[in-house]
Amino acid sequence: MALFGRGSGSWLTSAAGRRLLPEGWLSGPMPWVIAIMMFLMVLAAATGLALGFAARGLGAHMSGQITIQIVDANRVRRDAAADRIAATVARLPGVASVHRVSDREMAELLQPWLGAGLADNDLPVPAMIDIAFDPRAPGAMQATEAAVRAISPRARIDAHAQWLAPLAGLIGSLRWLAGVLVLLMAAAAAFTVVLAARAALNTHQATIEVMHHLGASDGQIARLFQRRIATDALFGGLVGLALASLVIYSVGDRIADVGSDLLGSVDLPAIAWLILALLPVAGTLLAMLAARLTIITALRRQL
Amino acid sequence: MRPGAANIVQFENVGLRYGASAETLSDISLGLAAGAFYFLTGPSGAGKSSLLRLIYLAQRPSRGLIRMFGEDVVTLPRARMPGFRRRIGTVFQDFRLIPHLSAYENIALPLRVNGVAEADIDTPVREMLDWVGLSGRAYAKPATLSGGEQQRVAIARAVIGRPEILVADEPTGNVDPEMAERLLYLFVALNKLGTTILVATHDLHLVPRVPGAQIIRLDKGRLSMPLPSDMSGNS
Repeated sequence: MALFGRGSGSWLTSAAGRRLLPEGWLSGPMPWVIAIMMFLMVLAAATGLALGFAARGLGAHMSGQITIQIVDANRVRRDAAADRIAATVARLPGVASVHRVSDREMAELLQPWLGAGLADNDLPVPAMIDIAFDPRAPGAMQATEAAVRAISPRARIDAHAQWLAPLAGLIGSLRWLAGVLVLLMAAAAAFTVVLAARAALNTHQATIEVMHHLGASDGQIARLFQRRIATDALFGGLVGLALASLVIYSVGDRIADVGSDLLGSVDLPAIAWLILALLPVAGTLLAMLAARLTIITALRRQL
Repeated sequence: MRPGAANIVQFENVGLRYGASAETLSDISLGLAAGAFYFLTGPSGAGKSSLLRLIYLAQRPSRGLIRMFGEDVVTLPRARMPGFRRRIGTVFQDFRLIPHLSAYENIALPLRVNGVAEADIDTPVREMLDWVGLSGRAYAKPATLSGGEQQRVAIARAVIGRPEILVADEPTGNVDPEMAERLLYLFVALNKLGTTILVATHDLHLVPRVPGAQIIRLDKGRLSMPLPSDMSGNS
């Protein structure tokens, strides 16, 4: 289908061609309806993309980290076990990093719940070791767990995946929902274009008849309307993108103010912005296609 | 008007019916020779406009065979219709000028539809405007033109693409006798260049003005005997 056909139709996109359909651009409600739909579509797409990148980060996090807790009321024995585990694990293949959480870090972590002065009382606090694995060494986690059990059978091993899997599931569902919303918005925009194209056909029926009698092909006539609808759709798309971008920036600032690591992981990298910026272009192409199909279908009912 | 291979238009037993009504045209068999001049006459309601609609491909017949330019147009695929229509010039009774385009742009439209480059449009359009005596009204919109001027723009638009056949439906119906004669001379001049002309009219006074013109007479949707030759201007 020659969506951008030139040849004998090139004049249709010239000033002479534009004069054939005299209504000025942005004359109807279609650009503004498209703007609203594109606004919602960009927001839904941005949400889906942000959740997608967050899910990817979570996936890497889940598959590559564990925390070991050594719970022992005897601080000396606890520290000795922790030091031994840290030293042993650090030598294992596939272990990317071993971080023994210091007493000071533990005190800072627990301060919101237990208050200051944790080091001064006898409250037993577990020793904690964060271990990160090289994602290219899939068996390293199991080997580490075996080594830890050999040193301290009572050590508690928390795989992060265990805690984050439900969250990852929720994020996945929300991503799908965002994708469905984008598709629904695109379908609604396409139907709007179909209605607008039909209305334009009715308005310009006399001109179309004359064009037909002069030997204009269906494609030439369709291109007249395509150009108009493409202009309106691109305008509406850019307006919707601009407004949605403002909202996304604003929401991003609010998320940053919260200071949550979890919410902070919901971010839009440059590639996501590029995808969002392409949505009005994709919307314009969709509008042109919908307009062309509508007009060609209607014209085929005539001789 | 006998069937023949040299005819540019050939009708064989053509009938046309709109919906479930009686046939508007019945058993029409005729041939139009290339380069000839024809008048299509008959009383109002005889079917003149319907016959013209079949020729300028606005309608398919209900039955019968129509050949144009050597091809069967009854079964012609839709996709090939534009190419055939570009070989036919049509002057409508109601002109059908595009009201928001100037006279110049209305006349240029067939060339643009035909893919003529913009640089090659101005000269023939100016020549055509000059030919129909409207050089000074090139940028006037149809609403500001008189009936005769609109008719001349419609004729210029119909002939600028050098069609092989020109079909005109009551071209003199809305103009005074002097203007009717001037328009007729335009058709005669075009005919001398080789274009087949078919003019539908109920104004029999025009017929003697075109020596050698042939007459096709329709009555109640059927071909009837042509007018005597002394009324066709051959005497």
